[in-house]
Amino acid sequence: MSVLLSAENVSKFYGTRAGCRDVSFELWPGEVLAIVGESGSGKTTLLRCLSGHLPASSGKVRYTMRDGRNVALDEMSEAERRLLMRTDWGFVHQDARDGLRMGVSAGANVGERMMAVGERHYGHIRATATDWLKRVEIPEDRIDDSPWSYSGGMRQRLQIARNLVTSPRLVFMDEPTGGLDVSVQARLLDLIRGLVKRLDLAAIVVTHDLAVARLLSSRMMVMQQGQVIEQGLTDQILEDPQAPYTQLLVSSVLQV
Amino acid sequence: MSAVLKIENLTKSFLLHQQAGARIPVFESLNAEVGAGEAVAVTGPSGRGKSSLLKLVYGTYRANAGAIRVLSGTDWTDVVTAAPRDVIELRRDVIGYVTQFLRVIPRVPAEMVVAEPMMDRGIAEEQALARARMLLERLNIPKRLWHLSPMTFSGGEQQRVNIARGFAAHFPILLLDEPTASLDTENRNRVLELIAEAQGQGSAILAVFHDENERRRACSRSIRLD
Repeated sequence: MSVLLSAENVSKFYGTRAGCRDVSFELWPGEVLAIVGESGSGKTTLLRCLSGHLPASSGKVRYTMRDGRNVALDEMSEAERRLLMRTDWGFVHQDARDGLRMGVSAGANVGERMMAVGERHYGHIRATATDWLKRVEIPEDRIDDSPWSYSGGMRQRLQIARNLVTSPRLVFMDEPTGGLDVSVQARLLDLIRGLVKRLDLAAIVVTHDLAVARLLSSRMMVMQQGQVIEQGLTDQILEDPQAPYTQLLVSSVLQV
Repeated sequence: MSAVLKIENLTKSFLLHQQAGARIPVFESLNAEVGAGEAVAVTGPSGRGKSSLLKLVYGTYRANAGAIRVLSGTDWTDVVTAAPRDVIELRRDVIGYVTQFLRVIPRVPAEMVVAEPMMDRGIAEEQALARARMLLERLNIPKRLWHLSPMTFSGGEQQRVNIARGFAAHFPILLLDEPTASLDTENRNRVLELIAEAQGQGSAILAVFHDENERRRACSRSIRLD
């Protein structure tokens, strides 16, 4: 087995201000890494650099393709990068409207990703879309409805189905449960956890919610002011945090 | 008995940055060994780091100095310096950890909670579930609860589900933190049987027991922290 994705001193500057600075880590197949920190700490900027949505100012992000080639994102052709994003990667946005096509039906949202990888048979597309909606607990009779008619939690589950239908090996998630009711969050988290385990997916999850990180991830990185100040096993960071800021973060969580 | 766990000059203290940088020492230069098939108790007054020692071995706490060497196959790994991904692997295959507290995941049925550590090792679902059900039965969890999430179980039931989970897969090293606390006599005996069985299969056991009789029943010697 080899490293799936690696970051080497990745920095992103906005003018002179650093969005993220000198971030290095390795992600292996099947690993779930959580990136935590308060808003403005640079975690979303980092996620966008890692996923090729934003060019890094310096440093390298490398990815091991299905054929075994290890390629730097900025050395890929545009076509290669697009194909990667449509097939081997998924991206779950905090706001499902950014990840869905709101103008077409739920079924078409799932089918579209399949067509992007060359699937043409309508019956097969429809059957697979139906199956995926079922897996994310969306009733079959809602397949032809527009995502506009869906609740926030359903939209988020639809976004997950759309991303996973092409069997990606790596999924980026930006606050996947942000803005949802607590009960809806629990259902979504449990669904994500189950899918990640069953499909042996690797994932990078950005969240400010330590409970989300605990439930989903095995490893964690803590960011403050654009820099990674602590990284390690999730339970170790939550139970024995070392950096002053991490201690503050962990001790600020209300016990219920 | 050949050692499978070697604790060398282990030092642990907590530095509390949010509380004026207070430093709480736990222990200094601790040395200990546990052999295959041996059960060793960790004893000492409350607050001297009995649970902390188990958490250090499991990698949940970070040591300040020293080494915790664990035999994995024919290789020794130092938990203190190992990369997170190596510790995760050790936890899957080598080091098991049982507490009285179950971390409940909403919507995952009790039998699945117990089967999970076996499935993580690639054991087929049916086989894993069969052993899970056998363990739940031994620990007197009523059959009607097996398909339900332990979310709504009583404290004692949750604890027994967690024990079943802890003993589901065979671990060469088992860390037990008051596994029998607050159980009734019948279930306490069941847990002691499970410990003896694991030991019989060659597990090295490091355990904290509240009750002195149980400690004597389960363990042949002790490491005293004071």
